[in-house]
Amino acid sequence: MHNFIQALQFIGRDGQVPGAPPLPTLVHLTLETLKIAALGLGISILIALPVGLWLGHIHRGSFVAINLGNIWRALPSLAVLAIGVAFLGLGLRNVELALVVLAVPPIITNAYVAIDGVERDVVDAARGMGLTGWQILRQVELPLGVPLIFAGMRTAALFVVSTTTIAALTGYSGSLGDIINNETSYHLSGVLGAAICIAVLALAVEFVLAWAQRALTPRGLKVTGSQDVARAIVPVVTESG
Amino acid sequence: MTPLASAPGPVIPNFGGGPSSFACERANRLFCSDWVSANWSTVLWPALRQHIVLTLIAVAIGFAISTALALLAYRRRWLERPVLVVTSVLYTIPSLALFELLEPLPGLGLSRTTAEVALVSYTLLILFRNTLTGLREVPDEVRDAAAGMGMGPVQTLVRVELPLALPAIIAGLRIATVTVISLATVAALIDNEGLGVPILTAISNEVFKTELIAAGALAVALALAADGLLVIAQRLLTPWARVAAR
Repeated sequence: MHNFIQALQFIGRDGQVPGAPPLPTLVHLTLETLKIAALGLGISILIALPVGLWLGHIHRGSFVAINLGNIWRALPSLAVLAIGVAFLGLGLRNVELALVVLAVPPIITNAYVAIDGVERDVVDAARGMGLTGWQILRQVELPLGVPLIFAGMRTAALFVVSTTTIAALTGYSGSLGDIINNETSYHLSGVLGAAICIAVLALAVEFVLAWAQRALTPRGLKVTGSQDVARAIVPVVTESG
Repeated sequence: MTPLASAPGPVIPNFGGGPSSFACERANRLFCSDWVSANWSTVLWPALRQHIVLTLIAVAIGFAISTALALLAYRRRWLERPVLVVTSVLYTIPSLALFELLEPLPGLGLSRTTAEVALVSYTLLILFRNTLTGLREVPDEVRDAAAGMGMGPVQTLVRVELPLALPAIIAGLRIATVTVISLATVAALIDNEGLGVPILTAISNEVFKTELIAAGALAVALALAADGLLVIAQRLLTPWARVAAR
């Protein structure tokens, strides 16, 4: 317990170690971590969401969309980052590239499954009412797909935050992982303090996205039970892909 | 899609390569197969074996815990929510942070136990959810039929409900196993075993690409092989599914 109290004191000092030259503050590193992660997630969403939604809308490419998600899980983020660094060198751009590689597949897979799975009857009814393809996607399929689409983005967000901190192990400096990678300067209390900050950051991101999902889900679809808490994080897969 | 595939043709020289015993390593080639064959039995194979053991232990313990929890929550509905909240929080904590948070706890430290505790905690949400959903999705008529045939609750569970939930359970095992294989590379940081070790070594002694690619590729291959084995296991364990599909 002693160690954890020291870790909290480290957080209270904003990451400064007594007697050591001034180091980047904890607030600064937390915000940097968030910035790197948000940029990676943002780019991934911009690339993956239109692709997934469009494939789902035209009901094509299920093999690619679903297997992409399966292969993705097998990619160890540490290896992806390390290989990226080996070939492209260190730098924010290359870390972001690794983040995008890791975050795109779950977003595509979930967006595809979400839109592809909207009941055909509903889509037919919309078409019968005279809605165009674009209107159907925007007004019918998209709202109905919100829970699953968000599931993909939440999975990706978790992955991005966790990978951003792992980037420190490959030598990229500028995230909370730096503290964990530098126990000689920060001592165990600093490492623990940083670990607590990373955990809190990940939970906060998850919480914000869960809130956004609730706000965007059409009222008729809202599940009041506890079921949706975890379903969003790890969608249940009952059929072998 | 991977940085590997998108690397530009000519490789930019890596400054400070350091002295090396392998000609192709000195030449900074993409992949030095001499190194792999020379280090297979001393570096790569032991790391792969440790990785498999780490994964098997984590998935086995995680499976035991989450199946017990799922069976309890199946009978006592109120348990579902607290279990989901706790396992979701564990699942959300990034691996690097969780390993470090566990390390100072009494009895853990820099050991395999610490690595296993963290890896197990990542399997719980996936396995618990899938098992519970699988059990809940057993049709009521089937349950009634079992009762009508005179089966008690335990018999119904073992002979009817669990077999029918098997596809969902194995789907959970597939996700959990592949996830653990991927996360176990980070466990090398506290445990110093598994395929993460060559990766971390390759990073710390000047970036050595061959070692990275070899260890990374082994991790991916292991994950895909484990996934394939579980698919085969599911086929063998649920012969009725094949008959129904025909």
